[in-house]
Amino acid sequence: MSTADTARTGGTATAPAGPVRRPGLLRTAWRYHRTKIGVVLAGAVLLVAVAGPFLSPFSPTEMAGLPNSADAEGTLLGTDEVGRDVFSRFLHGGYTLVSIAVLSALAGVVGGAVLGLVAGYLRNWADELIMRTNDMLLAFPQLVLALLLLSILGPQVWLIVVIIALSHANRVARVTREATLKVVEQDFVKSAEAIGVPRWRIMAAEILPNITSPLLVELGLRITYSVGTIATLSFLGMGLQPPTADWGLMINEGRTAITIQPWAVVLPVAAVAVLTIGANLITDGLSRASIGIDRGVEK
Amino acid sequence: MLRLILYRLFYGLLTLFVVSLVVFAATQALPSDPAQAILGREAADPARLEALRRELNLDQPLALQYWSWLSGVLVLDFGTSLSGGMPVSELLGPRIQASLSLMLITAVIAAPIAMAIGAFAALRRDRRFDHSSSMVTLVLAAVPEFAVGIVAILLLSTGGLKLLPAVYAGSSTEVLSNPDQLVLPVLTLAIAVSPPIIRMMRASMIEVLESEYVQQARLKGLPERTVIWRHAAPNAIGPVAQVIALQLGWLAGGVVAIEFLFNFPGIGKALMDAIEARNLPVIQAVTLLIAAVYVLVNLVADVVGLAANPKVRVSSR
Repeated sequence: MSTADTARTGGTATAPAGPVRRPGLLRTAWRYHRTKIGVVLAGAVLLVAVAGPFLSPFSPTEMAGLPNSADAEGTLLGTDEVGRDVFSRFLHGGYTLVSIAVLSALAGVVGGAVLGLVAGYLRNWADELIMRTNDMLLAFPQLVLALLLLSILGPQVWLIVVIIALSHANRVARVTREATLKVVEQDFVKSAEAIGVPRWRIMAAEILPNITSPLLVELGLRITYSVGTIATLSFLGMGLQPPTADWGLMINEGRTAITIQPWAVVLPVAAVAVLTIGANLITDGLSRASIGIDRGVEK
Repeated sequence: MLRLILYRLFYGLLTLFVVSLVVFAATQALPSDPAQAILGREAADPARLEALRRELNLDQPLALQYWSWLSGVLVLDFGTSLSGGMPVSELLGPRIQASLSLMLITAVIAAPIAMAIGAFAALRRDRRFDHSSSMVTLVLAAVPEFAVGIVAILLLSTGGLKLLPAVYAGSSTEVLSNPDQLVLPVLTLAIAVSPPIIRMMRASMIEVLESEYVQQARLKGLPERTVIWRHAAPNAIGPVAQVIALQLGWLAGGVVAIEFLFNFPGIGKALMDAIEARNLPVIQAVTLLIAAVYVLVNLVADVVGLAANPKVRVSSR
């Protein structure tokens, strides 16, 4: 379906005469096999992350045996470099990663959507200000900006969420602005303006419902990125701090003993990889459903 | 066209200026005392704290601090490293070379292969090769690059196959003399940068293959080989060149995690070491450097994009 098509059907959907619904974005996306595979993959990892802490045989910080033994008694996959149960740490290690990734992606998409909507609709000095500031912020690679700030202010969870959300927001704002520009020229916006609907209501009730598809795609993309970036930060030692059980940190701690205790690295790497792959497959399904072209992760 | 390029250049310079402000603000102007942060536990000694403050010019007003830092940066004087007392530029010189070699080798290997895969997928559109390459790029693009690197280590250097060294051993001046140690980092980076190039090449090639001039070339009976190499491929490369430039910019930041993983003595490793040691001047220099490369490469990509667009090129002659 072409972009113009989407805008047109979207237009009728909010016309005051009463909504004419086309098959929803989620339902269209579900028709693609990749979406289903993605849901299964991401769902499996999410299940481990959420239910894991309740199922683990040991606490993530308790000593279960001698350090780095692959077959310590009573453990499933042996112990890590200080003697903690690898399997239990794996089960505990996803919850924080997943929750701060989703939180920062959500915050980034909401913030970026508001900025992009305002910039695209008002088209005045606010547009200039927002978009030029955006361009400046985009001059920093996401990871390097995060490293710069975290190294000075110290690695703290709220700071990670803020930094990642900010670097998402300016990218989301660009996309939202593009999408908004296509909608503002439509007749239903003009008519709402003519009868004197306040501008914030036009943005919230006329434009926003028509740009939900690109926003949903963005959300998927941002979650994929968030998981990757936050896992990378933890891997670099700039994310969650020891002795927390965290997938990125586990990879960092376990990599020196990778030959004797590979599980401490293999499990978290697999989890991070499968989660990002699943999220990206869902995103690709959504984007195919919304505009019919590929738009997966671009680095 | 010239005017557009000049405008972009000016804008690039402005961006660099803002970048320098951000780096400075993040490191020296925050309410927290950098001297205290650097010394950490040793901050209890007021004499040392005072000495360090003086060394970092922290006793001067902010604007003056910024000015003395920036005027140093402009002549490539980034101050002295807090550990070892070497000038930062001297410390980073060989590391920059090492990272650049890594990035260039990656680019030279990855770009042609990625373009070939993309073009081949376009020629085999909707056939098996196209579908599998699209799936593989989707999967590889999603996984963070350090995870790709670890999988490569597990497969090629620790598991059943002990083909390649898992981490780099050696100094930054002899990078090119140990080719076997470069294989894994280059492979990882190549896998990380390729997916967007493959996708762009495929999309661009499909567009060109459907164009009227390719149809015309086919209709007049040219062999398919000539159609593809003389008529289609050269026209498909323009937009791809832009993506390749952007990917090179990404590499500047992307090497950090990879160098850390493989213990490769480049700027990324330098940054992580500096963070570990709270070596402020080095942190400032490396982040500024990476951002500058990123800005410059984006600028080049912009100009390439403008030059590849016939409308822009012709209209403003």
